[in-house]
Amino acid sequence: MELLRGMGTMFQIFLLTLVFSLPLGLILALGTMSKFKPLSCLIQVLVWIIRGTPLMLQLIIIFYGPGMWLGHNIWGGNEAGRITATVVAFTINYACYFSVIFRGGIEGIPAGQREAGQVLGMTRSQIFFKITLLQMVKRVVPPMSNEIITLVKDTSLARIIAAQELTQRGYSFMKSAGLVWPLFYTGLFYLIFVGILTLLFNYIEKRLDYFR
Amino acid sequence: MAILEVKNIEKHFGSTQVLKDVSFSMEEGSALAIIGSSGSGKTTLLRCLNFLETPNEGSITVKGETLYDASRGTSQNERELRKKRLHFGMVFQSFNLFPQYTALENVMLAEQLLAKERPDYNQNKKAILEEIHAHGEALLKKMGLEQRENHYPHQLSGGQQQRVAIARALALKPDILCFDEPTSALDPELTGEVLKVIRGLADQKTTMIIVTHEMAFARDVADEIIFMDEGYIVEQGKAREVIEHPKEERTKQFLSRYTQG
Repeated sequence: MELLRGMGTMFQIFLLTLVFSLPLGLILALGTMSKFKPLSCLIQVLVWIIRGTPLMLQLIIIFYGPGMWLGHNIWGGNEAGRITATVVAFTINYACYFSVIFRGGIEGIPAGQREAGQVLGMTRSQIFFKITLLQMVKRVVPPMSNEIITLVKDTSLARIIAAQELTQRGYSFMKSAGLVWPLFYTGLFYLIFVGILTLLFNYIEKRLDYFR
Repeated sequence: MAILEVKNIEKHFGSTQVLKDVSFSMEEGSALAIIGSSGSGKTTLLRCLNFLETPNEGSITVKGETLYDASRGTSQNERELRKKRLHFGMVFQSFNLFPQYTALENVMLAEQLLAKERPDYNQNKKAILEEIHAHGEALLKKMGLEQRENHYPHQLSGGQQQRVAIARALALKPDILCFDEPTSALDPELTGEVLKVIRGLADQKTTMIIVTHEMAFARDVADEIIFMDEGYIVEQGKAREVIEHPKEERTKQFLSRYTQG
């Protein structure tokens, strides 16, 4: 039962992070490709910092930082606050990784596609949404599946700020009951979840197989 | 009055000058072929006309309306640029069909998007979309592709893809249709079917500019020919004249390679 609650927390962190980091990653990707140099430089520095430091460290700074600088903990001391802080840290981290993948996906589309849209009198946003976007999605599914699977397992880092996620629950269960098997069940949960995701990604790839 | 007047166009990329003082004009309903070796500036010229590149000098006038004048520093906001681009249609060497759409969707897409800007779009949505659908089907039929409407680009041969691209360019009824080496990516058999379609368009008095390496085709289909070399227009005149009796030494040299077979 304890483990199932932990799994709920894992789900929550996982889904919320995805919901926020996917669009944010896309915005960052478009930002790095912007002709406005200060913006693209700023984002590149951000990506460098986020990719250059451990996610666990970022999580600690985001959770404890405000309390130390502002004098009060903006996240609140309860479980919900811990989860929110985790989602914020994860969203920033994953958006940065996603942005690099998205940029690769967009830059891999031949320039002729955009030009064909231009000579047909399309606006920049029409070209992006009607032509570029789906071709990009098709290109980024394999690398994205890697990142998203990593995210599933990274949710276990939330225990560092004492959020009661799956691994944490399994660990405390093991200690209190003096049994090892809760940890094996914990592993099994991750495996099953990643298995379902893998099937989902295969399905998406198949669905996008109708064009090349 | 000339439908298109190009005056003193210059274009450089960094220190390389690609177009040097290019001027020409053409009449409505005529076909103009541009020939010349690779790197002579033919494609860049077409791209300037479609505003995919901005000329550094010179002016472009269509139907008496000055679309671009470097000396006046014409403002190029997106709205105006889009309107200007619609004077020209463009068929690319590499087709550039949108892979996620069927042949028919490729042809209809731009028209559907433009229709959304019509003030009566919301009231007459259904009728407008039906009209666009019928127009798209008619264009594909004209290209001999009525059986291929629902095929995706990767399911079509190169020749079929290029014919879809021609239908797509025609859909917005451009004043001038530009072809950038439309058959260079095709084998001789497929080249034939695309050239046949272009020939048909010429017979219907479509105003066209065709950049091509098919000399016999240029001679037979075009009214006028421009020969370009190193960014200059070396020679221009009646198609048959230029191909059969070139005046300039450089043109003779270039054409001799083709006549020798």
